[in-house]
Amino acid sequence: MPMTEMGGLIQNRFADNLAFTTVDNVVNWARKSSLWPMTFGLACCAIEMMATGGTRYDWNRFGMIPRGTPRQSDLMIVAGTVTLKMATRLKRLYEQMPEPKYVISMGSCANNGGPYWKHGYHVLKGVDEVVPVDVYVPGCPPRPEALLYGVMKLQEKIQEDRVLRRRGETLGSLAGASMAPEASK
Amino acid sequence: MDAPSIHGRLKDRFGEKIVAFQAEALQPWAVVAPDVIAEVAVFAKSDAALAFDNLLCLSAVDYPKEDPPRMEVVYHLFSYEHRHKFVLKVHLPREGAHVPTVEGTWAVANWHEREAYDLFGIVFDGHSDLRRILLPDDWVGHPLRKDWVDPDFYNGMHVKPTPQMAERAMAGEKIGVGPFDFTPPNRHVDE
Repeated sequence: MPMTEMGGLIQNRFADNLAFTTVDNVVNWARKSSLWPMTFGLACCAIEMMATGGTRYDWNRFGMIPRGTPRQSDLMIVAGTVTLKMATRLKRLYEQMPEPKYVISMGSCANNGGPYWKHGYHVLKGVDEVVPVDVYVPGCPPRPEALLYGVMKLQEKIQEDRVLRRRGETLGSLAGASMAPEASK
Repeated sequence: MDAPSIHGRLKDRFGEKIVAFQAEALQPWAVVAPDVIAEVAVFAKSDAALAFDNLLCLSAVDYPKEDPPRMEVVYHLFSYEHRHKFVLKVHLPREGAHVPTVEGTWAVANWHEREAYDLFGIVFDGHSDLRRILLPDDWVGHPLRKDWVDPDFYNGMHVKPTPQMAERAMAGEKIGVGPFDFTPPNRHVDE
């Protein structure tokens, strides 16, 4: 349906409205609804990540559009085995992403080295050794449902974020700090 | 051509340089003296009766418990013309192993020999570009050797997990962001 017809359909159907909300709410809503992930498939987890992007699970409905460059990405899904050689590149790509940026560690290998924990001379023991991770998705590899659940967990986390304060300090922790008796000392 | 006749043809041409032959194996093999492997390769490819035009695989094996301890380089050959297969082996000392390259005969050996050098430290004399192919350029050592011991760190990242990391992992906690004290090599600046 062309845009002009659609405009005609909804034109003058609704009364003028005024909505009150907070800056946090609007900005966080926008951020969590358009998470653009960087395509970072490293091993078999990448196959499940591609399945998540396919029609059956369809992460486009979360506003997720995979990008080929860190400069346009908000989210890095580390899907697969991170070798030590790749870890240096991974760190650099993370640094090239603009703030705010988020990391999902997908699968056992990215979480803590997985099967390479003891006998892998070449594998990083957990991607959180080089970049800060927001959500860990367990599984070997995780099913697309698990990855989508991880994305929804990340959305919950983003929704609790404070835009005008430093990232990570939620209202809860600030309130607790101010109300604690030893905080005034 | 079956394996004994392939071996016979090589034996006729190179004599004592074909050191051993095993026909009973699933893939029959012959051991070749290291100094003539390049000539054997040229002959195996150019000889009309053999016509080994394809190097299926070039691999290396470490045998530290043999007497004497040795490394082997194994060449799997195949002929599209005659549809026959054969395996050549070269015995090398474990320390300072080096063997002539067969890159000039089968170009595919270029990457295979780089891999054998990368993971076993075998030097291929005459190779056009012998440098690491899988591991990073600043890696120290050759990890598929049996005497390989994991270092504690590579560029600030744990190679061997510490007991503390294991405890935290078993408790389901974060391993923790480690020291960011490495800088990836920037080729655009270096060169």
